[in-house]
Amino acid sequence: MHKKTAHELNKLLAKKESSSQELTTAVFAHLEKVEPKIQAFVTVTKEEALKQAKAADERLKNNDNVTPLTGIPIAIKDNMCTKGILTTCSSKILSNYKPPYDATVVEKLKAAGAVVVGKTNLDEFAMGSSTENSGLHKTYNPWDLNCVPGGSSGGSAAAVAANEAVMATGSDTGGSIRQPAAFCGVVGLKPTYGLVSRYGLVAFASSLDQIGPLTKDVTDTAIMLNVLAGHDKKDSTSVDRPVPDYQKSLVNDIKNLRIGIIKELLGEGIEPKVKESIQQTMKKFEELGAKIMEVSLPTFAYAVATYYLIAPAEASSNLGRYDGVKYGQRSPNSPDLLTMYNNTRAEGFGPEVKRRILIGTYALSAGYYDAFYLKALKVRTVIKNDFERAFQNCDLLLSPTTTSAAFKVGEKSNDPLAMYLSDIATIPVNLAGLPAISLPCGFIDNLPIGLQLIGKAFAEETLLRAAFTYEQNTDWHKRKPSII
Amino acid sequence: MKYETVIGLETHAQLLTASKMFCSCSTKFGNRPNTNICPICTGQPGVLPVVNKKAIELAIKTALVLNCQIAPQSIFARKNYFYPDLPKNYQVSQYELPLAINGYLEIVVNGERRKIGITRVHLEEDAGKLVHKGAARIMGSSESLVDYNRTGTPLMEIVTEPDIRSPLEAKVFMETLQHLLQFIQVCDAKMEEGSLRCDGNISIRPLGATKLGTKTEVKNMNTFRGIQKALEAEEVRHREVIAAGEKIMQETRYFDEITETTKAMRSKEEAHDYRYFPEPDLVPLEPEADWVESIKLNIGELPEQKKSRYIAALGLSAEDAEVLLATPALAKYFEACLELKAPAKAAANWLIGDITAYLNEHEKTITEINFLPAQLAEMLEMIENGAISGKIAKIVLTEALAIGKEIKEIVKEKGLTQVSDEGELVKIIKEVIANNPGPVTQYRQGKTGIIGFLVGQVMKATQGRANPRLVNQLLGKELSKN
Repeated sequence: MHKKTAHELNKLLAKKESSSQELTTAVFAHLEKVEPKIQAFVTVTKEEALKQAKAADERLKNNDNVTPLTGIPIAIKDNMCTKGILTTCSSKILSNYKPPYDATVVEKLKAAGAVVVGKTNLDEFAMGSSTENSGLHKTYNPWDLNCVPGGSSGGSAAAVAANEAVMATGSDTGGSIRQPAAFCGVVGLKPTYGLVSRYGLVAFASSLDQIGPLTKDVTDTAIMLNVLAGHDKKDSTSVDRPVPDYQKSLVNDIKNLRIGIIKELLGEGIEPKVKESIQQTMKKFEELGAKIMEVSLPTFAYAVATYYLIAPAEASSNLGRYDGVKYGQRSPNSPDLLTMYNNTRAEGFGPEVKRRILIGTYALSAGYYDAFYLKALKVRTVIKNDFERAFQNCDLLLSPTTTSAAFKVGEKSNDPLAMYLSDIATIPVNLAGLPAISLPCGFIDNLPIGLQLIGKAFAEETLLRAAFTYEQNTDWHKRKPSII
Repeated sequence: MKYETVIGLETHAQLLTASKMFCSCSTKFGNRPNTNICPICTGQPGVLPVVNKKAIELAIKTALVLNCQIAPQSIFARKNYFYPDLPKNYQVSQYELPLAINGYLEIVVNGERRKIGITRVHLEEDAGKLVHKGAARIMGSSESLVDYNRTGTPLMEIVTEPDIRSPLEAKVFMETLQHLLQFIQVCDAKMEEGSLRCDGNISIRPLGATKLGTKTEVKNMNTFRGIQKALEAEEVRHREVIAAGEKIMQETRYFDEITETTKAMRSKEEAHDYRYFPEPDLVPLEPEADWVESIKLNIGELPEQKKSRYIAALGLSAEDAEVLLATPALAKYFEACLELKAPAKAAANWLIGDITAYLNEHEKTITEINFLPAQLAEMLEMIENGAISGKIAKIVLTEALAIGKEIKEIVKEKGLTQVSDEGELVKIIKEVIANNPGPVTQYRQGKTGIIGFLVGQVMKATQGRANPRLVNQLLGKELSKN
């Protein structure tokens, strides 16, 4: 039962062929078996989950406000606040932090009747592409335990791939939903900036962060997005516009859809086997009636550099609050305030977080601001304009999600620059605030690879329709790792 | 060589909003520590700010009164620095694009009108309050506690051009600003409580020079007197340093209220690099023109306009008008009386005279007493229609102020109604004439001034209740009879 998707389980629950309690118990039985190998979770909340499952069963029994998520076991990335439940951001500095409130997305998921099985591991404060930067422990790829699950939402992607949860939330600042989705062979959507409330998402880079679903198929993505999307008056950057029913866009038809293939993402730096898969994917879309064209986005060359100024700059300020004064870990035995600050942050943050705080602090410093931060903001606008130009002639853009399949644990952890550069396909999308989805489109040596579709702002419906059509006409999503 | 002093002020005013700048917590002063707090103002991970519209309205109102241009788009910025009273370790403020720019405030110093330029008006959030044990500051204290009740209170920063030419002008500027902020009800502007604060930038230069001299910034000026004293001390120091052929160092200095001198706090090199950058959690502020216009329309009369009206239309003396307007609440009280058709001059006289005397004696403000404008208006009406005399009114008012009773009730209870019954008065007048043959003779011999004494006797016989106008009239009539 734990192998099924939310929309499949939904039918079972609706027909009373099973209960949320049975389902939740089954998920935990499986989780307890595979978790020692995968280590997707920071905190497992079995007791609360069983209570929520019981409440969901009541709702199902009384047909009281039943939603497609009622009774469905889900996982929450551990950088989203959960009231009274540890929210660590996989950082030592917050290893004891229990928020006094629920993030808006958590509130919404709970209200829909979802059952929270636990909080998933991530690269510390979502900074990384392999979950190796977690300050707590590593997470392993269910397809190959020697490989990373990707990151920063590696815990969520691995948990869904290994059937430890039916679906999970992720957050995406430069690819943190899409890249682990690709590495773990699941579907991951980064919505348009402003579609989903960030209230309660522990900020990494506020102008780039966005919460989205990680699911087993495109239908489940639409189901979860229906709950997550919508204006929140607690988030001034969330956009006040009507939210459509995304399940309605799950139509198996892409005739005459104009898809642009990004030239820059099929050249240097992309593994040949990834290229091959993408070329086959292109053919598949063509067969399905789409019009394929090549599109050039020359400003992509500057995206990684731009991102690594803007994101660390914002992060250097966002992470200022972890100082040992109010909550989280405080270094003991510091004789004065400055020493307490220094020791707390030196002991509490890992090397990648420190590196980014340093880069960001530098980029914002007097005398460097114009040359770095301000310049980066300008380039960001140029990249945005480049996308707009591309979208004059096409409805969607297509590229590989990653330059390769999942790499080995430890393979890139000593070369941060190589790690940064591997996010070339996902980073420009965040800079432009656009929506993008990653879904399985092939395998290299039994490791999944992902296809990325990028849409215009708030064109999630087009994205979902194209992704759904591709999924309906391929079998990649049906292949599962042997561990499950 | 002759030198001139150049001063610019940076002032901070707490806005009179019910809730904080970026969350819905109360801004109430005086509650127990850490009771007016929430996840947002304590900087919990994941929280986001939402702008308080009332704070923007009050800042726009102030900016309009200060003749500023309201920016069609302004943005919030983060000012980054570490301190335990600042939960996020950055303050949300405005930097490059403030809410309003290019205004001025007119002040009068020694009878001379001076126009002080306003560089900018912007919004920001206040920090919390630290309480130290074992030392006055965090350095050296055995422990320090932090109260976040004040954290996130809306602050408005008003920055002047370097247009101020003396410490006295600086003081007058602050007094004028305080008065204005209180008048338009955007800030209670109490320097002693910190709801209005100011720092000064001061330099000197040869008279006639256009280039500014090296400035120092003076902090901890907590009273009007302190502002003048601090800047005077710093002015003298600048002159002495330059007279000695040395150079002023750009630095921040601290005013010591006890010694009335300034002390070096930190040099330019030690100044913080605040790493300002646009606040990504907030969208640009773009006040709609209609909204700004409606705020403008609701500002109402300003003190200067009111003063002219009081003098021209109501016939008040300039002095009385100024006294009334010096305390916004008093002016408000006065205008409430006028709305109730009270005679303006009489209302002003009673307010400035007996009522103010009572307030001073009991250390109260006009809003703290139980005597309402309606009651004063009623009393004035009773005087005018002859129901009570002015003298009786004084007695009754004292009682009304003390116990908060209705004027009519007191008058009735004490039997203080004015005697206007001619028959009764003539009877008393006849008795007075009979009992005072001497003065009566003098009067009849042409010493008519003596009538005052006789009127007094009648008043005495009626315990002051006789209608004086009528007594004069009837007494004259009786005395002319032989």
